[in-house]
Amino acid sequence: MEHSFSLPNSGHNYDAKASKLGMWLFLYTELLLFGGLFMVYMVYRALNPDAFLIASFNLNVWLGTINTVVLLTSSMTVAMSITAIQKGNSKLSLILLALTVAAAVIFLVIKYFEWGAKIEHGFWPGMDHFTNLPFGEQLYFYLYFFMTGLHGLHVVVGMVFILIVMKKIKNGSQNKNKNQLLENSGLYWHLVDLIWIYLFPLFYLIH
Amino acid sequence: MTGTSASQPSYLDVTKGLFSWIFTLDHKRIGLLYLYTVGSFFLVGVILGVIMRLELFNPGADIIEAQTYNQVFTLHGVIMVFLFIIPSIPAVFGNFFLPIMLGTDDVAFPRINLMSWWLYVIGAIFALGTLIFGDGPADTGWTFYAPYSVKTGTNVSMTVLAAFVLGFSSILTGLNFIVTIHRLRAPGMGFNDMPLFSWALYATSWIQLLATPIIGITLLMILAERVLGIGLFDPAIGGDPILYQHLFWIYSHPAVYIMALPAMGIVSEIIPTFSQRTIFGYKAIAYSSMGIALVGYFVWGHHMFTSGMSGPSAWIFSLLTFFVAIPTSIKVFNWLATLYKGSIDIEVPLLYALAFIFNFLIGGLTGLVVGALAADVHLHDTYFVVGHFHYVMLGGTGFAFIGGLHYWFPKMWGKMYNKAVAKLAFAIIFIGLNILYFPMLILGVMGMPRRYYDYLPEFHTLNQVSTVGSWIMVTGLIIMLVNLFIAHRKGKKAPDNPWNGITLEWQTKSPPPLYNFDKMPKLAKGGPYNYPNAKNS
Repeated sequence: MEHSFSLPNSGHNYDAKASKLGMWLFLYTELLLFGGLFMVYMVYRALNPDAFLIASFNLNVWLGTINTVVLLTSSMTVAMSITAIQKGNSKLSLILLALTVAAAVIFLVIKYFEWGAKIEHGFWPGMDHFTNLPFGEQLYFYLYFFMTGLHGLHVVVGMVFILIVMKKIKNGSQNKNKNQLLENSGLYWHLVDLIWIYLFPLFYLIH
Repeated sequence: MTGTSASQPSYLDVTKGLFSWIFTLDHKRIGLLYLYTVGSFFLVGVILGVIMRLELFNPGADIIEAQTYNQVFTLHGVIMVFLFIIPSIPAVFGNFFLPIMLGTDDVAFPRINLMSWWLYVIGAIFALGTLIFGDGPADTGWTFYAPYSVKTGTNVSMTVLAAFVLGFSSILTGLNFIVTIHRLRAPGMGFNDMPLFSWALYATSWIQLLATPIIGITLLMILAERVLGIGLFDPAIGGDPILYQHLFWIYSHPAVYIMALPAMGIVSEIIPTFSQRTIFGYKAIAYSSMGIALVGYFVWGHHMFTSGMSGPSAWIFSLLTFFVAIPTSIKVFNWLATLYKGSIDIEVPLLYALAFIFNFLIGGLTGLVVGALAADVHLHDTYFVVGHFHYVMLGGTGFAFIGGLHYWFPKMWGKMYNKAVAKLAFAIIFIGLNILYFPMLILGVMGMPRRYYDYLPEFHTLNQVSTVGSWIMVTGLIIMLVNLFIAHRKGKKAPDNPWNGITLEWQTKSPPPLYNFDKMPKLAKGGPYNYPNAKNS
C-alpha cells in the first residue's frame, strides 16, 4: 500500500520491549486467575483444617516430587534455549526446546496416572465413595481436581506455544536478533512452573 | 468520499468489501466494528428494558409471566453490562482515538485488537444463544448468585461462558492500551502531556487487566459446578455461597469503574474544548483516575452488607466506599472550574457533558446513601438501588458515550449532523431519563423491592410515571439515531476541526487517512489543553 510518510513511533514497527511488556501483563492476569483459586483454597482450608489434612494423605508425595523435578528441569532447559539462540546456536536451542516438550509430556503422563488412580478409587465428584466422604474432604478433592486440572491445561497450552516457536526457529523467523516470541513462551513456561511450585506444597506437603 | 483530496485516501476508502472490515487490523475500523455491534446490543437491551417497564405499568402479570420477567431482567443485565457498557467507551472511542491522540498510527498489537473483537462476537453469540439452546435464558440476575445459579434449570452455563469469553476480550483490550500508552506516545509526549481521555483509559485498562481474571475463574467454578459436579459454592456439600458473592464483587465492583472512568475521560475532553480554556487541575484529574481505580478495589464488600458480615469489616468497607467520593468530586470541581470564565460554546457534546455532571451527581450521591451502613440495610435490594445505578450507568456513562459520539462524529465520518435536531433529541432523552429513574428512587425509599414483575397497589402511580418516562426517553433515542444516520448518509461535509480542539485528533483530516497522519503532528506547547487565545487567569 502507498505509504509515503511514516511515524517514528509507528505501531507497526517491530518492538521487542512492547511485546515483552504485553507478555508480562498477560502473566499478571494468569496469576490472578489462579489467585482467585488460592483464595478459595485458603478459606476452605481455614474452615476445614482436619479434613484437608486427612484428605491430603491420599495423594502420592513421590509422584508429586518427581513431577516437581521434571517441571523445574524443563524450566531450566527453556531458559537455556533462549541463551542458546541469543548466542546464535539455533540447533542447540531446538534440542533444548525438544527436551522441554518431552518434560511436559512426562509431567502430563504422570498426572494422568495420578488422576486415573484417584478415579479408580472413586474419588471423582459424584462417585459413591466420594459422596460418602465428609464435606471438608470433598472440598479438598474439588479443589485438587479443579486446580491441577486447570494447571494441566496450562501445561498443554505452554507446550503448543513451544512447538509453534520450534517451527519458527526451523524456518528462521526466530533467530539471533529476533527472538521475542521464544522469550515470551519461555516466560509463559516459567509461569506454569511457578504455579506448580505453589500447588505442590498446598496439596501434597502441608501436614 | 469527499472528505480527503490529498495524497492518502481516508481509512473508509482504502479498501472495500465486508472482509476488508471484519478482518481489518486498522484500529479505526475495529473501533467502528465495536460501535456497530455494541450499539446494536444497546438497542436490544433498551427493548428488553421497555418490555419490563410495560409489564410494570400495572400490578400483576399483564404481558409477561413471572418466570419470563426473571429471564428478561437477567438478559437485560447481561447484555447491558457485558455487551454494552463495559466495552462501550474503551473499545469504541478508545480504539478509534487513543492512537490518534497519542500521535501514532495504531495500537501496539493490531492482531490482538482484532482478536478481542472476534472474542466479543463469540461471547455475544453465546449470550444470545441461550434464547435458542437449553431451557431458555438464565433467570438468576446478572450476578449469578450461587447456589441458585447452580440449581436452576435455565441455561446459566452458556450465559456464564459468554461472560467468561467477554472478560477475556476485555482483558486483551486493556493489555493493548497499556502497552500502546507506554510504547507509542509521540516523541516529546510525556505521561503528563497526554490528553485526559488517555489517562482515563490507562486507569481503566489496569482495572480490566487486574480485576477481570477473578470473575473469569469464579465463573469457571460455577461452570464446573454445573457441568462436572465440582461443588465449591453449594452449602449442601460444604461449600460457601457467601464466598461466591465475595469473589463476584471483587471483580464486579471495580468493573463499575471500568464503566465510569472512560466516561469521565470523555467529559474531560469535551469541557475544555467547548470552553476554549486550559483544563483546571490537569494532574488532579489524571491522578484521581488512578486513585479511583486503586480505591475501587477495596470497596466490594459494600454490596454485601446484608449478606452476613462482621461488624468491623462492614464499617471498614463503608468507610472505604466514602473515600471513592473524594477523587470523584475532585474531577467534578475541576470541570466546573474549567467552565468558570471560559468562552463557553453550547454545542451538543457540551450539553451531554453537562447533563453527565448533573446525572452523575444524583447517581453518585445516592451511591453514598447505599454505601452508608444504616441506610443500606433499609434500601438494599429495593428500587432505590436500581434508580441509583441507572443514573450512574445510563445517565452517566451512557450520556458520555452519546456525547462522545456527537463530539467525534465529524472526525469519524467527515460529516456533520443537524445540530438543532441533535439538541432537541438531547432535551427529550434528558427529560425522559429523569422521569424514568427518579420515581425509582422514591419507590425504593417507600420499600418496593427490585426484581419482581408485580408490586403492591400503593406503588402504582409512580410506576406509571416511570414507564411513561421510558417512552419519552426512547423517543429521544430514536430521534438521535435517525439524525445521526441521516448525517452519516448525506450530511454536510465537516471541516477537519469543527470545534477548535487542540488535541491531536483535530490536526488530521476528517475522516483520517489510513495511518492517521500524513505529516508529523505538532504537540501544543505547555500541555494538551493550552489554548493559544484563552484568558487563563
